[in-house]
Parts: sequence; C-alpha cells; structure tokens
Amino acid sequence: MKDILRYSFYEMVRSRWVYIYTAFYLITTISLWLLSNDNSKVLISMTNITLGLTPLIGLLFGTTYYYNSREFIQMLMSQPLSRWNIFISVYGGLAITLCASVLVGVGLPMLFFGVLQTETLSIFLILLTMACTLSIIFSLIAFLVAMRYDDKVRGLSISILIWLTFAILYDGVVLLLLLVFKDYPLDQLTIGAIVLNPIDMARILIIMKLDISAMMGYTGAVLSTFLGKTWGTGLIILSILTWMLLPLLSLRRLGNHKDF
Amino acid sequence: MIAIKNLHKSFKKNHVLKGIDVEIRGQGILALLGPNGSGKTTMLKCFLGMVIPDSGEILFQGNNIIGQYVYRQSVGYLPQIAKFPENLTGRELIELMKSIKSGETREDALIDLFDLSSELDKKMSNLSGGNRQKVNITLALMHDSPLIILDEPSAGLDPLSIKKFKDFLRLEKERGKTIIVTTHIMSLAEDLADDILFLLDGQVYFQGSLSRLLELQMEESLENAIAQILDSKKKSPSHERYIEV
Repeated sequence: MKDILRYSFYEMVRSRWVYIYTAFYLITTISLWLLSNDNSKVLISMTNITLGLTPLIGLLFGTTYYYNSREFIQMLMSQPLSRWNIFISVYGGLAITLCASVLVGVGLPMLFFGVLQTETLSIFLILLTMACTLSIIFSLIAFLVAMRYDDKVRGLSISILIWLTFAILYDGVVLLLLLVFKDYPLDQLTIGAIVLNPIDMARILIIMKLDISAMMGYTGAVLSTFLGKTWGTGLIILSILTWMLLPLLSLRRLGNHKDF
Repeated sequence: MIAIKNLHKSFKKNHVLKGIDVEIRGQGILALLGPNGSGKTTMLKCFLGMVIPDSGEILFQGNNIIGQYVYRQSVGYLPQIAKFPENLTGRELIELMKSIKSGETREDALIDLFDLSSELDKKMSNLSGGNRQKVNITLALMHDSPLIILDEPSAGLDPLSIKKFKDFLRLEKERGKTIIVTTHIMSLAEDLADDILFLLDGQVYFQGSLSRLLELQMEESLENAIAQILDSKKKSPSHERYIEV
C-alpha cells in the first residue's frame, strides 16, 4: 500500500500544474507580505484566497487525476491487491500533494516572515489546518464524482457545480433565509448552516481568532459563545470528521461495486 | 486450472456475457477469439476481478475467486490499453510491481529482449507507443506466474519485437505455463495457439484444438475459418455450438 502511495505521490508532485499551484501561493503570500508588512493582514487575505481556492483546486485536480489514473487503477486491479487498498493509496498520493502545496506555498514564507514569534501563530496554524482539511474533503468528493461518472465532461461539470454550491450559492441561500425569517430567533439556524458547510466552518474558525471578529456585533457574540463551549468545538470537530468519513465510506462502497 | 460456470454480465441493457461455460486445463497457449463486442475482454476482466459478474462461478485452481484478490499473485496480465502514469519512469513502474508482487523476477531478461534499457529512465509520457507496450509486456511478464493473460499483445510492436515476443511465449509454454491470448490478428493466433476459444454474442461458440476448428469449417487457415463462422452467423443468427471435451 505504501509503495502505491509513494509512486502516486511522485506522479502528482512531478506534474507541472502542481508547481504552478504551489508557485501561486508562494508568490501571493510573499507579495502580500511585502505590500503590508503585517502578518495579521497577510493571514486575512490568504484566508479569503485559500478558502476559495483549495476546494476548487481539490475538485479539479481530483477529477482529472482520477480520469488520468483510470488505466493505472485497472492495471493495479490485476495485481494481488484489494480494491480498497488501491483506491485509498492512489487517492492518498493526491491528497498529500495538495496539502504539501498549501504547506509549502503559504506555510514556508510565513515561517520565514517570523509568524512563530507573533500573536497570529494560532490563526496561522488554523489556516493551514483548514486549508489542508478542505483539500482532503473536496479532492475526495471529486474522486467520488469521477468514479461515479465515466464521462469526463460530466464529471468535471459536476465538480465545478459542487464548488459553486459550497463556495457561493450556499452562502446566498443562507443569507436569504436569514432575511426572510429575520423576525425569528436565528442563532441555531446560523450555527447549523455554518457547521453543514466545511468552507464556512473554516472561515468562521479563522475569523473568530482575528481582531475583526469584535466588529461582528451580535452574530460575533453568538459565534464566540458557541465556539467557546466544549460542545461547540466538539460539534465542529465532529462535522469535519463526518465530512471526511462519509466520502471515504462512499469511496469504499462505490469502489467495491464498480466495473472497470 | 480455470473453470467458468454459467457466467452472466450485463452493462445496463447490454447483456454481454450470456452464460459462459469454459474449462481451461493444463499448459499451452489458448487463443481467445471473437468479433468486437463478443465478450472476450469482459470475460477476462471478470476473471481478474475488474468487472463484477451478475451471476455464475469462476474457479481458479479449484477455488471460487469472485471477490478475492490473493489468487492474482499467480497471474500475469497484459492489459489492452497501456496508459501508465505519465510522470513515472519505466524503471519506477518495474520497482512498483516488484513491491506489489512477491517472488523472483526476471525483468532484466525482458529488458534485454526488447532492448529497453536506454528507455527505462525516461518518463512514460516521453516514450513511443511501441516502447510503452514493451514496458507493459515487461511489467506483465516479469514475475514467473503460472498463468499469463495477454490482451492484444502485439499492438504497437515492430515485426522484430513481435518475433522475439512469440519466441519468448513459446519458451514459456515449454516451461509449463498456461497462456491465454486475445487478438484480432489471426496469423498471430494461428502461429502460437494450441487451442481456440471462440466467443460469439456472449457465449462460447467453439472450444477445441486449432486443427479441429479448421476441420469443422473445412478451411485451411484460421482467418478463413473465422470469416466463415461470422458470415454464416450473419445469414442465420442462431448457431450451433461446438465444444471439444
């Protein structure tokens, strides 16, 4: 298993697009720091960029990587290996590469600019953790979509639609609901809506650590109370784990029944 | 060695395998033939676990292998489409195969046979179609497996490589291997095969020796015998089957 994982990682890490993706993060992080000279401002900007980009790249890379690896997966299937072993190893190579891109592209320059010695260290760590978590979740979803739909155009379109839903449409629908039901208490609904969307969850976790959270008024106070409680943190961890476990279980189920 | 009993497989409305019954015993080269869509690759993929049959049994060395994978330790498989990870080198793929399957390997002999050594450190994306197929063959045959399955092995190979490969397969046969070859090149099948398994419309139409097929069809070449079967099938869709015991 670890050998397939290793060679899948080699295959991904030598891809030109992975270099471009990593270079984009590197250049953006360095440029933002040179412009502002303030770790806190760089982290806010990088939060907005990574929370939009990591799910999109995870979905696009995940879908195309699966389609490109289809014949390789078939070849592995003729070997004495279980299906689960093959899928998890091939997927693992992709997930590790995507996480490495974020860690190198955002993490390395921030370390160089002395983030460890500042108060923003916890924000930096949450940003990296959540960027990696989103990469894992959305590339896994992409793998599932590509496995489900043999047609590449269809698979890619569905992946882009998933990104649009979680990154843009979801927030719009939630805002609309909040507007329509503004006369009712909406604390529970807001928290529920955040927990159900991993991108929102990541955003709130980071924002609540920043100074700007004080400007969020009543919403900020509600979220602060929610996150300050043990069950609040527990619910967020549970939600993240569910977002990883459900696609993993689906991968196992689909992988065991798919014809190649 | 292999027994397939009443194997059925449909892809949506397309009923590809309609009750395949096959028994492959002992050593030698078996040519698996049939027109496009007759179910050759699907049958092989069912045996290798890539396609899950709807019903039926597949026995290998006496054990039912549906849902199993350890038996593939004894199988060398050459897939029809050799599309490997583009950024890996041939040498890395050989190392990967060595780590997956245990046992002695003989990749050096195959690399010499196909004169591949200068190509092995290049990325797969930089190799020609023929050299990719040579890497494909090396990966499939580098382990000394008792059963070898080859799906269109000559695709992309130059005449000299085909000759060397045929000689290699003859040697393997002499060493007691069971070899199953699917091909559309009748001269290759005629040249190599001891037995023919001919599929038609997802069923076994003929299983027996090459000489018996020629005798039955009253033809001198395999190409003509197969053409005659397909021609008569067009004229009368229902066909009688012949299975030599």
